[in-house]
Amino acid sequence: MNSKNLFEKVWDAHSVGELANGQTQLFIGRHLIHEVTSPQAFGMLREKGLPVRYPERTFATVDHIVPTDEAHEPYSDILADAMIKELRKNCIESGVTFFDVDSGKQGIVHVVGPEQGLTQPGMTIACGDSHTSTHGAFGAVAFGVGTSQVRDLMATQTMAMSKLKVRRINVNGDLGAGIYAKDVILHIIRLLGVNGGTGFAYEYGGSVFDAFSIEERMTACNMSIEGGARVGYVNPDSKTFTYLKGRPYSPSGNDWKEQVSVWSSYSSDKDCSYDDTVTIEGAQVAPTVTWGINPGQAVAIDENIPDPDQVTQNERESIVEALEHMKLTAGAPVRGTKVDVAFIGSCTNGRLSDLEEVASRLPGHKVRDGLKAIVVPGSQIVSKLAMEKGLDKVFIDAGFEWRAAGCSMCLAMNPDKLVGDQLCASSSNRNFKGRQGSPTGRTMLMSPVMVAAAAVTGEVTDARTIFG
Amino acid sequence: MTLPKISQVVGRAVPVPGDDIDTDRIIPARFMKCLTFDGLGEYLFYDTRFDGDGSEKSHNLNLPCFRDASIMVSGANFGCGSSREHAPQSLYRAGFRAIIAGNFAEIFFGNATSLGMPCVSTSRENLAKLSCAIETNPSIEFVVDVEKLQVRYEHEEVRCEIAPGARDSLLNGSWDPLEELLTATDEIEKTASSLPYG
Repeated sequence: MNSKNLFEKVWDAHSVGELANGQTQLFIGRHLIHEVTSPQAFGMLREKGLPVRYPERTFATVDHIVPTDEAHEPYSDILADAMIKELRKNCIESGVTFFDVDSGKQGIVHVVGPEQGLTQPGMTIACGDSHTSTHGAFGAVAFGVGTSQVRDLMATQTMAMSKLKVRRINVNGDLGAGIYAKDVILHIIRLLGVNGGTGFAYEYGGSVFDAFSIEERMTACNMSIEGGARVGYVNPDSKTFTYLKGRPYSPSGNDWKEQVSVWSSYSSDKDCSYDDTVTIEGAQVAPTVTWGINPGQAVAIDENIPDPDQVTQNERESIVEALEHMKLTAGAPVRGTKVDVAFIGSCTNGRLSDLEEVASRLPGHKVRDGLKAIVVPGSQIVSKLAMEKGLDKVFIDAGFEWRAAGCSMCLAMNPDKLVGDQLCASSSNRNFKGRQGSPTGRTMLMSPVMVAAAAVTGEVTDARTIFG
Repeated sequence: MTLPKISQVVGRAVPVPGDDIDTDRIIPARFMKCLTFDGLGEYLFYDTRFDGDGSEKSHNLNLPCFRDASIMVSGANFGCGSSREHAPQSLYRAGFRAIIAGNFAEIFFGNATSLGMPCVSTSRENLAKLSCAIETNPSIEFVVDVEKLQVRYEHEEVRCEIAPGARDSLLNGSWDPLEELLTATDEIEKTASSLPYG
């Protein structure tokens, strides 16, 4: 038998057939939906008189528009209020399970899926959200899709797709102390470019990924799309299976051993081939922060902001544009950049381990006067577990605001927005112009611990120098 | 339902220069608080076109000479970032019927194709040539030829590319795949029941 990588195995197992244009009709085992990209799809189905074909394979939650400081409906934003009510109505009418705000399970769709055990190795997963690649941390093949595909999935549980190539990315050796999964993925994107993964699925491996926890793997897979790769995944291993055991939608009972063996069988074969292979030494990864307006515009904390006069013509224009928006000085050290807002949360870094890591370092430190710092847990369950451990108190004592679960200031579709040209140290995934709600707002992406260090000092700081 | 076959798009073009134009730029997130895509054309590139007080900034899309443009010319990695179909919907509803760029982010490309809006790629040199021709005379007519893989204007032509699957479905009028997907009922069921999970 030909040896295959995980992507090929999962793709083949889910291929329904070939379409007239040569694309594959691909079966999607789990479909996750949320309030922003699904109402139009439900509308299209109604227009065509089509039902949701496999409602038991679709799961919904509400995340983008939920206010994090307002507990009760109707929300003061009437558009947001209409959106949550529409999703609720659509789920009831179509028989789709909805992790609603009163369920205790609501949260960011890419936090909720894994914590419910919905995300499992060997599955195909799709969601009308580009960060669906997160679910690849379990050895699933997970695609971000548009609303027309959300419609196709609700009507047929399949979508038209062209097969991706697979790039294996090895991160070998060990990471230094105080280096996180966020630094690794920012480093990879910086190296391969925001466009480098177009047409590829990224398979992450090597000793650094082997050593990562599942939540760290999720952080890395989450940002695959920022490197242009629609899919990112890690082969499943014993950590994956341990994480899944006992979750509400995980298989249970006597067949666990058999289940683990099925899951393991999806792993890339030892002698399989890849379309491309990239190898990175873990020791080269430093605490990394973005200085520009796309996630590839990043430097190590001890580097300087690029100088457009030192680069090629092609790069120059985008650096000039980025520096103009960011109001930063070419050639200046990135360390010391003044910060107005600190945001810890998002589908990249809003999980319990992220909050624990920061909270373990905060005692004895205070958020700098005048700086706004918020923590937004990725889900109601993350919030509950964190509060049981007293993390909320640690954050509040240090001067952070402790908020309710949602996407919040990652994309500012709720009231959490930057004002004017505020600069935000953010644990989220995108630093596009205007991303955090103010057209002139500025975002610097970094790990949650680096965000906390910036919150304490009021400027971009090497967290290792403050927290040890 | 029969869809039109799209072998070419003919119209005036507008340059929106720059690489890595992301979907947040094409349609800022706050305009996604909506239950349908209606009216999104109004907010196309909103924060690049308008100041906080709604007054117009200097932007090609604000110029009267480009008001009728139906073809956009941009840089590499167009449509990167968020999967929001609101972005191609906004372009389509603002009257755009084809995009020429260095290349396209994958999710954007798929979303645009399923609206019947061809996204063709060409070299940086060709993009500069096209932009220069438009700046010289904004009223010239362009033909984006999906069949012959050319962009033609005046007496010039440049090569362009599009993924073969997308090209086929545009040429055959099957760019919205839903009807075809629906016909495979039995095969879908067979695949579903062959999987080790429900």
